[in-house]
Amino acid sequence: MSVVAIAPLRLPARVLRRTAVHAGLVAAVLAVGCLALMLGDYRLTVGQVLGALVGDPGPAHFVVVELRAPRWVLGVLVGLAFGVSGALFQTSLRNPLASPDVLGVSQGASAAAVATLLVGGASGWAMTAAAAGGGVLVGVLLYAVAWKQGTTGQRFVLSGIGVAYLAGSVVGYLLTRSDVRDAQAALTWMTGSLGQSSWQLVQVLGPVLLVLLPLAALLARGLDLLQLGDDRAASLGRRPEVVRGGAVLLGVLLASAATAAAGPVAFVAFAAAPIARRLLGDGTPGLAASGLVGVVLVTASDVVAQHLLPVDVPVGIVTGALGAPVLIWLLARRRTS
Amino acid sequence: MNPQTPAPTRLRARGVHLGYGEHTVVDGVDLDVPTGRVTVIVGANGSGKSTLLRGLGRLMRPTRGSVELDGVDLYRRPPREVARVLGLLPQHPIAPEGITVAALVARGRHPHRGAFRRWDSTDADAVATALARTDLAELADRRVEELSGGQRQRVWVAMALAQEPELLLLDEPTTYLDLAHQVDLLDLLAELNAERGTTVVMVLHELALAARYADHLVVLHRGRVLRAGPPGEVLDAACLAEAFGLEARVLEDPVSGTPLVVPIGRRRVRIGSPY
Repeated sequence: MSVVAIAPLRLPARVLRRTAVHAGLVAAVLAVGCLALMLGDYRLTVGQVLGALVGDPGPAHFVVVELRAPRWVLGVLVGLAFGVSGALFQTSLRNPLASPDVLGVSQGASAAAVATLLVGGASGWAMTAAAAGGGVLVGVLLYAVAWKQGTTGQRFVLSGIGVAYLAGSVVGYLLTRSDVRDAQAALTWMTGSLGQSSWQLVQVLGPVLLVLLPLAALLARGLDLLQLGDDRAASLGRRPEVVRGGAVLLGVLLASAATAAAGPVAFVAFAAAPIARRLLGDGTPGLAASGLVGVVLVTASDVVAQHLLPVDVPVGIVTGALGAPVLIWLLARRRTS
Repeated sequence: MNPQTPAPTRLRARGVHLGYGEHTVVDGVDLDVPTGRVTVIVGANGSGKSTLLRGLGRLMRPTRGSVELDGVDLYRRPPREVARVLGLLPQHPIAPEGITVAALVARGRHPHRGAFRRWDSTDADAVATALARTDLAELADRRVEELSGGQRQRVWVAMALAQEPELLLLDEPTTYLDLAHQVDLLDLLAELNAERGTTVVMVLHELALAARYADHLVVLHRGRVLRAGPPGEVLDAACLAEAFGLEARVLEDPVSGTPLVVPIGRRRVRIGSPY
């Protein structure tokens, strides 16, 4: 994934830091994964988990491979998708506020999914498909509203906030008009939850990411130039509109796919890239690092939500609680600089 | 260099019209950029200087007319291919937060690198040379945001040098610099022109410096070329009156022998002077 655009010049310290950050994040992902597979009503040791993974038969095998692994793997995929999506949006629109959850992509997905559930009475796969469709629809709508030659991130963000409110009011209307139990189910989904994880869901989301993530990697060098401003990027031989269009399109698809699988897990897409860029500290878009930060955020929050809190809550509640301070920190820092 | 011999041209504007929506800013400009010389574009605010430069640099597509590089329309050539020959430093480039001087300058190598071609010694040499030329070698590992305005402008010029363009366009490169740093930067560009033969086209506001550093001076007025030629022939009182609405005396610069514009305002004119 890390098509690092620029080989730094006699800067071993920077290369070292980049490598260390990526290695550290991968280690964190694996450590959280280990915890996620160990914890639960039936506690396992590291040895039992590893044994189950390499195929030892026994009760641990069923618990790890059938019950816990799908949830963790889905968390990994969702985190990757949200993390990379946020980085694509924020870098290509040059605005840290421009993440899919601020721009209304997640809200559009929610509105479509909730409408399917409450009006159509369908759930499961129909809801998933509707969510993906809703996210893409918002993406198209945003293009239509905010797309002008030399479109600015500002314009996109403002249009997106409007679209988000619109989608929010659709959801609100549907919820107030529906049965309490249906509304409860819709709310859980909208909070963002890995509760409906299964190997089938992983088998759908996995291949989608397998297609989208390499495409995102191809955009890395273009995004790197886009950060210098549209004029400088163009004068270095990259068409800024093409890079930005591609990034926004991929970002919409990734966020919609992840939302379809787990609901709009709050703040992951928003916070992952700023955290990753802060860790890297070298002014690169940091797509791979953002994806990894997204994975850590989702999977660690899910461990907290499932096992460390007195009651079992959807993962979106924990990521939201963690993400809000990040938002405030970002806004405060922006004002001072 | 003898300004009398007509220089060959690689970059040529033919009846170029440029505008934003309905609003036409550049209204039919013909311009032959002399190869291997320094061309400076001057004009009043809103005369279309920066817009013309954007048109010449393939940042804006002409609504009518065309800009040709080596006889081929700029928009008929792939952008990366153009970028290997033609570099442009815009007025407000953005430095990503946390980026170092060397890393930013290295971005200039983009047009020379294929989609999967790795960084090689040619790239490293170009960056090292660009850093050395701009006296930035010592600062290579510093973060760009830590630098002063003058140093930062040198970084952007270094990035343009790393691109190794044969023609370099610059949009008001001396804005926000104090006089000493302005002269310093223009000297650097003049050296680049003299030593590497890089064709330089820049928009400048300061007329005395424009006249001193230009081989070829282009005066724009309301989106058209009012005059073009050697500064000594172009800059006179009549030209200034028309282009800027400014009453002025034109003296000879005692340092360079180029025209020196002394404005005559409504106030502060010495009693007893003929003005």
